[in-house]
Amino acid sequence: MIELDFALTRGEFVLQLALRSEARALALFGDSGCGKTSTLHAIAGLLKPARGRIALDGRVLFDADERAGVPVAQRRLGVVFQDVRLFPHLSVRDNLRYGAPSSNDSSRFDDAVQLLGLGALLKRKPDRLSGGQARRVAIGRALLCDPAALLLDEPLSNLHREARAEVLEHLRGLKRELALTTILVSHQADEVLALADAVALLDDGRLRKVLPVAQFGGEQRFATRATAEAR
Amino acid sequence: MAWLSHDETIALLLSLRVAAVATACALPPATACAWLLARWRFIGKSLLETALLLPLILPPVVTGYVLLEVFGHRGVIGRVLDALHLTIAFRWTGAALAAGVMAFPLLVVALRTAFESVDRKLEQAAATLGANAWRIFFGITLPLSLRGLVAGVALAFARAFGEFGATITFVSSIPGETRTLPIALYELLETPGGEGGALRLTWVAVIVALIATLGAALLLRGQRATEIES
Repeated sequence: MIELDFALTRGEFVLQLALRSEARALALFGDSGCGKTSTLHAIAGLLKPARGRIALDGRVLFDADERAGVPVAQRRLGVVFQDVRLFPHLSVRDNLRYGAPSSNDSSRFDDAVQLLGLGALLKRKPDRLSGGQARRVAIGRALLCDPAALLLDEPLSNLHREARAEVLEHLRGLKRELALTTILVSHQADEVLALADAVALLDDGRLRKVLPVAQFGGEQRFATRATAEAR
Repeated sequence: MAWLSHDETIALLLSLRVAAVATACALPPATACAWLLARWRFIGKSLLETALLLPLILPPVVTGYVLLEVFGHRGVIGRVLDALHLTIAFRWTGAALAAGVMAFPLLVVALRTAFESVDRKLEQAAATLGANAWRIFFGITLPLSLRGLVAGVALAFARAFGEFGATITFVSSIPGETRTLPIALYELLETPGGEGGALRLTWVAVIVALIATLGAALLLRGQRATEIES
């Protein structure tokens, strides 16, 4: 269960969202600047809403009324940033282990490495990875911190066609293998159709509607047209 | 070191010890101050910045005099240290304190610049992976600031090695205890027939400064080579 009801301000931009979704994988869909990434960062604790409440699967992460805010490091959310953010001085292995340094569960590490096809890359530094490989490492790193939910920010952006297909395939695999609550930020329809169960349409800091992914095709055209008209 | 006299050798070794201890002791508080200035906004930040830079701006004699007033036998802290048999006035430890105070701003400036150059988004990413502030600092921020750290340490060591004004004011010139290389050099210049010794110590000072700078450059090059190989 994803429960978001909050408002935050960044400069002149006001983001105001209220949604509840039972979907296992929810996509936040909309044009650039509509507030998708800000929403994700508010859930991760990197931005603090002015008011409201954020809860995932019944676990309250932020509640302004209760003056409760779980610190970023204790939210247990696997965040995959759009700009990847691998640690440049650490090898792929050390990047992957960063979120679980004392874990003795090597099978978990091996499973993630196998699932994401990272076996041959473990000794490399991030500057020796292709865009698709770096994205896969970032996904693996987020998974290995034993997250309660995954937050993916445009996981296929800035990748060429082959790398895009490669990462998409791995993300599909993850969705099949792991039953993790996932919030995906995207402005690409095929990404949403492949990875999400439900879609929240965002426009200029407001939620337009939440709908099952099966209804997304028609709504996507409507949403795009409405956005264009609004401008 | 056959070409140095016994006294000159002692002055050199004392200066190396004083500079090493001064740099090592200044490093932790300088790191903390640099991190505070680079990563936090707080009331009085500009005042703290200025206060930390004071030893760089003030005449060294003034710094030495302040140290004497505070850490001398009649000073507020000096009396406490005396009672604890930890006297530092007119001791080599006092020379290290003076050198450390003078090198401190250089370390703060170098480290602050280095910390500010680390992408904060990486620290955010580390936090989302469950790392606390200590782990983020020692695992991400500090390693990524290594170049600035090494450069700052080399600069601070060279500054501490060459410290003169604050040292002579605070701990005077006691052979084997506080007569560091720059003080010995100054006294040789004041002594008839001391030019030969002064020239030798000048060469030594130049060589030590070169070794500190080149050592830092080699360390950084070594680090870069390791990065490329891996």
